[in-house]
Amino acid sequence: MPNATVPKTTTIPAVRARRAGAWRLLARRPLFWVAAAVLGVIVAFALAPAPFAGIFGNGDPRACDLADSSKTSAPGHPFGFDLQGCDIWAGAVYGAQSSLAVGLLATAISLTLAIVLGALAGMGGRVVDWTVSRVTEVFLGFPFLLAAIVVLNTLGVRNVLTVSVVLGVFGWPMMARLMRGSVRSVAKADYVLAARTMGLGTGRIVARYVLPNAVQPVLLLATLTVGAVIVAESTLTYLGIGLSSPAISWGLQIAAGSRVFQTSPHVLVLPSVMLALTVLTIVAIGEELRSVFDPRERR
Amino acid sequence: MRLFLTILQRFAGFALVFVGVTFIIYLTVFSLPGDAVRALAGDRQLPQSVIDAINARYLLDQPLWVQYTNYLGNLLRGDLGVDLTGRSVADQLATRWPVTITLALTAWTIQLVLGLAIGIVSALKRGTVIDRGLLVVTIALSCIPVFVLGITAQIVFGVRLDWLPVAGIRDGWPVSYLLPALVIALFGLASVSRLVRGSMIDNLEADYVRTARAKGIGESRVVGLHVMRNSLIPTATFLATDLGFLLGGAVVIEGIFNLPGVGNLLFSAIRNHEATLVVGISTALIVIFLLTSLVVDALHALLDPRIRRA
Repeated sequence: MPNATVPKTTTIPAVRARRAGAWRLLARRPLFWVAAAVLGVIVAFALAPAPFAGIFGNGDPRACDLADSSKTSAPGHPFGFDLQGCDIWAGAVYGAQSSLAVGLLATAISLTLAIVLGALAGMGGRVVDWTVSRVTEVFLGFPFLLAAIVVLNTLGVRNVLTVSVVLGVFGWPMMARLMRGSVRSVAKADYVLAARTMGLGTGRIVARYVLPNAVQPVLLLATLTVGAVIVAESTLTYLGIGLSSPAISWGLQIAAGSRVFQTSPHVLVLPSVMLALTVLTIVAIGEELRSVFDPRERR
Repeated sequence: MRLFLTILQRFAGFALVFVGVTFIIYLTVFSLPGDAVRALAGDRQLPQSVIDAINARYLLDQPLWVQYTNYLGNLLRGDLGVDLTGRSVADQLATRWPVTITLALTAWTIQLVLGLAIGIVSALKRGTVIDRGLLVVTIALSCIPVFVLGITAQIVFGVRLDWLPVAGIRDGWPVSYLLPALVIALFGLASVSRLVRGSMIDNLEADYVRTARAKGIGESRVVGLHVMRNSLIPTATFLATDLGFLLGGAVVIEGIFNLPGVGNLLFSAIRNHEATLVVGISTALIVIFLLTSLVVDALHALLDPRIRRA
């Protein structure tokens, strides 16, 4: 192999970056800080909505007066009122909770499934690997949204928990496939062989040596998955089979606003911007993490 | 012979995924709560004899596997079943396919043209502000939920500027399809342009490009002929798989823009608990998705001898 003697120039800075500490590299990226700051505000909205919703003096999203239906901004209500006469700012602040909850919960479910199945396929024998890989292929074989529609439609109860479970159960295959590859490459490493030679059991080897070293690419993908799940949740809610009415969510606010978008487009603006901003910041953070931690991305 | 074996292997994979997917959908539709017969009746009470008759007619009282094998057998004969009012699913789909296919192909063309252009420009200008800017914009566009993008496009281009129709297909192709197709295309644009960029960069650094430059061939010829041709193989694969996803993604967009396509039908079927209709449409969409991947895999093996050995 004559090629082997000539190292590709792209791989050198990557190796050095890892040694210098990828976190330090990340700290020098302005986009990461901007995204983190915006996301921090949205997380604060989700954790303690009341003080933020009350900034303009009317913080109760359920204090609605039909006489105010679809009015534009008024004193104390800078973003105006929605169709039911509720304050749009308060509703949008409270909406952060369900989006982030579904995003995190569904991703946690997918991630757990992906790590378990990926590790099984990567470390298990041929039969286990074959079975898990075929199941993964089946789940990859149909569009995610279509499957979620079919299941959520048949489910009677739709709340943050059920929507998260459905999205989590369909969201794992990509991560599992990545996990399997990652586990396979780590399992070949010398330190795993050394551990095996020392007589450690498979369970211990997997827990102490393989998983910690194999999980990083999957965690990077999981960050992006949070964004994708939030998009999926809002889309399903918009279609009418995600979260439903007593819940406060951006998807519901947009769905209600889209029916009157010709006469009062202002109803749509704030929830749409908040939703897009949340997904954008999460994906931006995910991309920044990936470009720092994943050497192949650095060009 | 090896090529034949590869294609046979792909076909076995296709069959497995096909059975798995149809079974999962069938299982979720029928094992989860929700009574189709009662949904058909609405608020009225049906006499027990009618319920029994409907159950017997549609095998609803049989065990799941009997229903499933019966369904699969019909499917292999090209029969997608009938809905609970007795209309054939395949017939209902037939009138709606042209709209969805037109929409998907229009979106696909827009995505191809924009993706190639953005990918080539960012590969040639890699590392510059232009490259970074294009990356950020395409990723940002793919993050915004399709329905937000769709409604925004309706307000801006349909209502305010009045350039294109807000909804419906009264103005025919291409005017009525441009806006929805653009929205669908923008969603997957980041993936296409990144893929084009990545494979262009790989090829720009390859030895044969250096050789071509050393021979004194002009830059435009190097890029246009040598790099492009080799960069297009992975892109072609992605775009073909993408066509399947465009068909599926049409559900939301057809609803927003009120296009009478398959996606629209699927959505109303879901709302009415028309289980057979939902399964029929989903299956049809998935079969199309799987068939495109199968054809692409086979073409891929024909085009690139390296893949045949894998």
